[in-house]
Amino acid sequence: MEHYNMNLTLKVWRQQNAQVQGSFETYQVKDISSEMSFLEMFDVLNEQLIHEGKEPITFDHDCREGICGACSMHINGKAHGPWSGTTTCQLHMRAFKDGDTIVVEPWRAGAFPVIKDLMVDRTAFDRIIQAGGYISVNTGNAQDANNLPIAKDKADESFAAATCIGCGACVASCKNSSAMLFLSAKVSHLALLPQGEAERKTRVVNMVDQMDKEGFGSCTNTGACEAECPKEISIMNIRRLNSEYIKAGLSGSIAK
Amino acid sequence: MGLTGLFLIVFLVVHCYANAQIFLEWLDYGRGYKAYGEIAHFLGSNPITRIAEVGLFAFIILHIVQGLMLTAQNKAKRPVGYNVAPGNSSSKWYTRSMGLLGTLILMFLVLHLAHFWAPNRYQQLTQGHEKDLYLIMEETFQQWWVVIIYVAGCISLAWHLVHGFWSAFQTLGLSTPKYKGLINCIGVGFAIIVPAIFALMPISYKLGWLPPAAEVAQFVKTMAH
Repeated sequence: MEHYNMNLTLKVWRQQNAQVQGSFETYQVKDISSEMSFLEMFDVLNEQLIHEGKEPITFDHDCREGICGACSMHINGKAHGPWSGTTTCQLHMRAFKDGDTIVVEPWRAGAFPVIKDLMVDRTAFDRIIQAGGYISVNTGNAQDANNLPIAKDKADESFAAATCIGCGACVASCKNSSAMLFLSAKVSHLALLPQGEAERKTRVVNMVDQMDKEGFGSCTNTGACEAECPKEISIMNIRRLNSEYIKAGLSGSIAK
Repeated sequence: MGLTGLFLIVFLVVHCYANAQIFLEWLDYGRGYKAYGEIAHFLGSNPITRIAEVGLFAFIILHIVQGLMLTAQNKAKRPVGYNVAPGNSSSKWYTRSMGLLGTLILMFLVLHLAHFWAPNRYQQLTQGHEKDLYLIMEETFQQWWVVIIYVAGCISLAWHLVHGFWSAFQTLGLSTPKYKGLINCIGVGFAIIVPAIFALMPISYKLGWLPPAAEVAQFVKTMAH
């Protein structure tokens, strides 16, 4: 792959905290390698800002290997930038050309308030998980895995749903700020397994209830979430979530 | 939205089936006029369909109210918008424009009811018999602007259905992997065929593809004797 350096103009959202108004600031970065990741480019910019005596840009990041879901940047109108199936840390600068202007914004959703600059508060997702995204098991020795036979296709489907990293790109990309793809992945990966059977009905009802309380919008099946999900979670999970919710409702399960 | 939408889809099937009778005219002179007149009279005078008509209006209103509430609630969930919006890169324009398409359909619907439903029911109430809808269509579709509005209404309906048909099944949890392909195929086919049949009516009258009402009515009357 051809290596090249580039000069870029960055328009970055700066906001001191959730209480004050933010605005875009324009920065220039020079000699950015096409082999850098997007976050490394931000590291270069932050070094530059520190040298200039300015405050560096706050952004969320942790593992930088595409599995933590922290790097919540909306880049040129796309969650995690132009590549599909990619987190921001796995987005490489070869996605851009010399002279490009890149607009970087935080996730925009009422349920994800800005903490500072590009960092948003995604604890709403944690509270949804707390409302039912778990299974009850007895303590003691783990039983033999073969005690619970699971069909291969079910295990695969469950695993595909479990690859959700809770990054919030689905909410950020949805015109309704809906968290249905996230929730459907979390409900699906447990609903498909025998271990999830015990709380199957109360789980879906309680988690949907919590999602509504957190102020996420409703799903109108535009499919933007699926297109922007870095783990390519299928909206077929939303189909399953709807089905689980309707079944739980018909059997009389109500939120606690 | 899904349940009310599906009910309205069922109504479209009935409406389209009844209207399509008119095209039998292309097989045999007088046959379309007669068949259409019979089914229109059957639907218009039958107590079951008259009760269903009340339900239909209720579902239309419910569908509109739900849609407006949903749109308003969902808009409020993003108090600060994006400077660069995702646009068409991650979703199709018509999936994001159901409210707009629905509004266009509603505007068309008001005109459509004023053209046919309201005068017909009024005469039924005051004089005890229905109007000759074949004749009314012929008169209504003489003006170009009416034809254009009707065709535009049908195009809006088509886009609304391309998303709405599948979306209803997805919302109700019925679009399972096994049936997803089938539902999509039927949905897209339905969204093209049904509005196309509706749109063909004003076009056919305007371009004189159907025989004049006065002549064909006289012919059918003579044949009956």
